[in-house]
Amino acid sequence: MQIYLPIADLPVNIFLIFGMGLAVGFISGMFGIGGGFLMTPLLIFIGVPPAVSVASVSAHIAASSFTGALTYWRRRAVDVSLALMLLSAGIIGTATGVWLFTLLRALDQLDLVIGISYVVLLTTVGMLMINEGLRAELRARRGMRSSLRRPGSHNWLHGLPLKMRFKRSKIYVSAIPVWGIGFIIGFVGAIMGIGGGFLLVPMLIYFLRVPTATVIGTSMVLTLITMASATVLHAVTNHLVDAILALVLMVGGVIGAQFGVHTGQKMRPERLRLMLGLLVFAVGARFAYELVATPDDLYSLRLVRQ
Amino acid sequence: MIARAALVLALTFAAAAAKAERLVVSLSNERVAVTSNFVGENLVLFGTVQAGPGKELADSYDLVVTVAGPRETLRTRRKQRVLGIFVNVDSREFVRVPSYLAIIGNRPFGQIAGPEILRRQQVGMDNFILTQRVGADFADTVSDDPFRKAFVRLKQQHNLYIQSAAAVTFLTPSVFRGSVPVPANAPTGLYGVDVKLFAKGTVVAQTTTSFTVTKAGVEQYVAEAAQDNSLLYGLATMSMALAVGWLASVAFRRD
Repeated sequence: MQIYLPIADLPVNIFLIFGMGLAVGFISGMFGIGGGFLMTPLLIFIGVPPAVSVASVSAHIAASSFTGALTYWRRRAVDVSLALMLLSAGIIGTATGVWLFTLLRALDQLDLVIGISYVVLLTTVGMLMINEGLRAELRARRGMRSSLRRPGSHNWLHGLPLKMRFKRSKIYVSAIPVWGIGFIIGFVGAIMGIGGGFLLVPMLIYFLRVPTATVIGTSMVLTLITMASATVLHAVTNHLVDAILALVLMVGGVIGAQFGVHTGQKMRPERLRLMLGLLVFAVGARFAYELVATPDDLYSLRLVRQ
Repeated sequence: MIARAALVLALTFAAAAAKAERLVVSLSNERVAVTSNFVGENLVLFGTVQAGPGKELADSYDLVVTVAGPRETLRTRRKQRVLGIFVNVDSREFVRVPSYLAIIGNRPFGQIAGPEILRRQQVGMDNFILTQRVGADFADTVSDDPFRKAFVRLKQQHNLYIQSAAAVTFLTPSVFRGSVPVPANAPTGLYGVDVKLFAKGTVVAQTTTSFTVTKAGVEQYVAEAAQDNSLLYGLATMSMALAVGWLASVAFRRD
């Protein structure tokens, strides 16, 4: 059944979009991520303009992260003060990202920047995760108890001024790296149409030493607020949010996520991280191929004004 | 002053009287509604050739119909390999060109009239004027300009530029029917239909009509809201996302 997307201005098969929502939802539930880094490229692949994909996926991620955030909230696994600190910088990052997004679109280089950002970010993060996952797997083979590396309890980031105490996470760190991380997540989220969960969780663990108990819940709350504000900002500045597309995606997404959570709980966390790393790396490699391979058509059109 | 007006009037009548043919055309649908299940539509143009008073019709006619959608300005960009990756390096702006263009006739345009007349009447994709901005100048370049060719090719790939020498058929020597395909991705707005009647290689009659493509129902509502009330639209979309997320957490709650 075809439906016409009013903002993307093209007819699509509603079951295809819904199925994509289900599949990405399954993966996001399984790994505890938003799944934007998979959804945006999939939409671009079926012909939705990149700018509309990025803007609409932000609404989709807002929905799935709200479900997750509510679940973690009930388990009291959300560090509100940490989330608010990250957020204060995240909003500025999002606004900067949306501004740059508009500028790059005017310069005809948006697609290129989206492509390069995906390649750099996904291949790097993917390789780090694969590396970490393989080591954990090897340790498990040798019968050693696996644990997250927490070498020492302090690094140079802990020497910075403006220290703050985050009670629920039981950490005492400077506000500067917290703001820095918040800004980066908000910024890449707006440019790339990703929630940044797969970036934020490792950053919080490795840089701020946030314990695993609160890290995912806190990350979900941050993702929720940055993506909700990105939806509004994209709607106001670029008029590119397709509400119908977003609705179909988010309904598929939240259902798929329920099944994903079940499957994820049956697997060892180290193996999950390894699989996620492979997936992230594969998407990055696909983007790299696209940048380097000779395109089918060297020419493309862009609407300047109606 | 009055004398001059009278002269103009007399000349107009003279011109009209001199015409042997008159065109009467009608479209099957003057308002194409893009609804949620819109997958495109074929409009049918009916028409007859009528003889002027005291004149007789020729044995055979040719017909060319040009349908031009709402104007838009587009940029055609060309990629080139820079440091190993493909980057948009060069672009041309096509200023106020039709978003949709169909040029249809009853037989190959080359057989209808000579090249000079085809060019003057803008018959055929190569003869249609597509204004380009090159720096500060506005001009249509030659038809084999690479950017122009790429522009027309991309538009044709999206079914938005159509050229067909078989879409018009003469049912009798003076009654014709043409088919105008409106694809699913046709932009909304006013579409001008220009009908030219040829006999022995020259234009003998011409008429125009039009139709509109409008979004209807939910499609129209969403598109207008996104453009006119963008803040409200953004907030509504965000609230919708939160509602779906909340519903899911209630529906699938296990603890």
